Amino acid sequence: MVRTLLVRGMIAGVVAAVLAFAFAWLFGEPALDGGIAYEGALAAAAGETGGEELVSRGVQSTVGLLVALLIYGIVVGGVLALVYAGVQGRLLRLAPRATAGVLALIGYVVVVLVPFLKYPSNPPASSADDTIGLRSGTFVFMLLLSVVAAVVAVAVGRRLVERFGTWNGVLAGAAVYVVLVGVVAALLPVVSETPADFPAVVLYNFRVATLGIHAVLWTAVGLLFGLFVTRGLRSSERPSAGAGVG
Amino acid sequence: MAQGASLPVASVPVVPVRELVPWAVFAGVILLALLYLVGLDQGATSVFSGSMLHEFVHDGRHLLGFPCH
Repeated sequence: MVRTLLVRGMIAGVVAAVLAFAFAWLFGEPALDGGIAYEGALAAAAGETGGEELVSRGVQSTVGLLVALLIYGIVVGGVLALVYAGVQGRLLRLAPRATAGVLALIGYVVVVLVPFLKYPSNPPASSADDTIGLRSGTFVFMLLLSVVAAVVAVAVGRRLVERFGTWNGVLAGAAVYVVLVGVVAALLPVVSETPADFPAVVLYNFRVATLGIHAVLWTAVGLLFGLFVTRGLRSSERPSAGAGVG
Repeated sequence: MAQGASLPVASVPVVPVRELVPWAVFAGVILLALLYLVGLDQGATSVFSGSMLHEFVHDGRHLLGFPCH
């Protein structure tokens, strides 16, 4: 049962990653190249010659990008399936594909959007190399605390739903999440190190591309996993009133 | 059909906790380790030495929003 869900989640992740790759290649790579062009201009001005490349740009922007997205997609799909197995029928009593969609949407907000609002993505050459430790630590911390805040909000929201009904309870739970991550984001250190002459259009396009890639990936994972779960129920369990399912 | 989304769906099996926990632990650890490798390794921290992995997933790391270098 869990194994089947896990496999379906990871397959959904693979397909979603291929779609996200197409988006990333079309909209992300041009912005990333903009950052590298800025880097090259700086190096040329300083009279430096480019060092030896371990992996060529051609590989980085195609196979490397695809593999990175595939692994990320498999992780998202797999974790989504595990969370689905944990909440379906317990926390959420929706049709399978609705649960999958709701979980993917919440996942996008909690894992991608909220950490991004505090620590947005940066194209190459737009951040200082020697702060990688600080930036990695704060980013991971923001991500983890966003997940913790979501878990707390769900636990609180669940009780509030019992007392004040679904609409009010869910809204109150969402408010709990917003307040918690707001406090966390306000307390974590500010990272502000984009060079003054870094092209604003490149930075903007790059960050929009990040949100777009994740939007494509998480939407596809949620919808495909929902489809696979619904299909699986129909073929293996075949409930008598199948029309109501999904 | 319209009310299908909000009504309890009797035919949906609930996964027993006893069955879920081992899967969640083992698969969860493996999946998160993969996430670490693609998102963070050979940046601030390194499990594998060198920067081959970092360079290979470079574009994905930047575009997914992980701190890269």
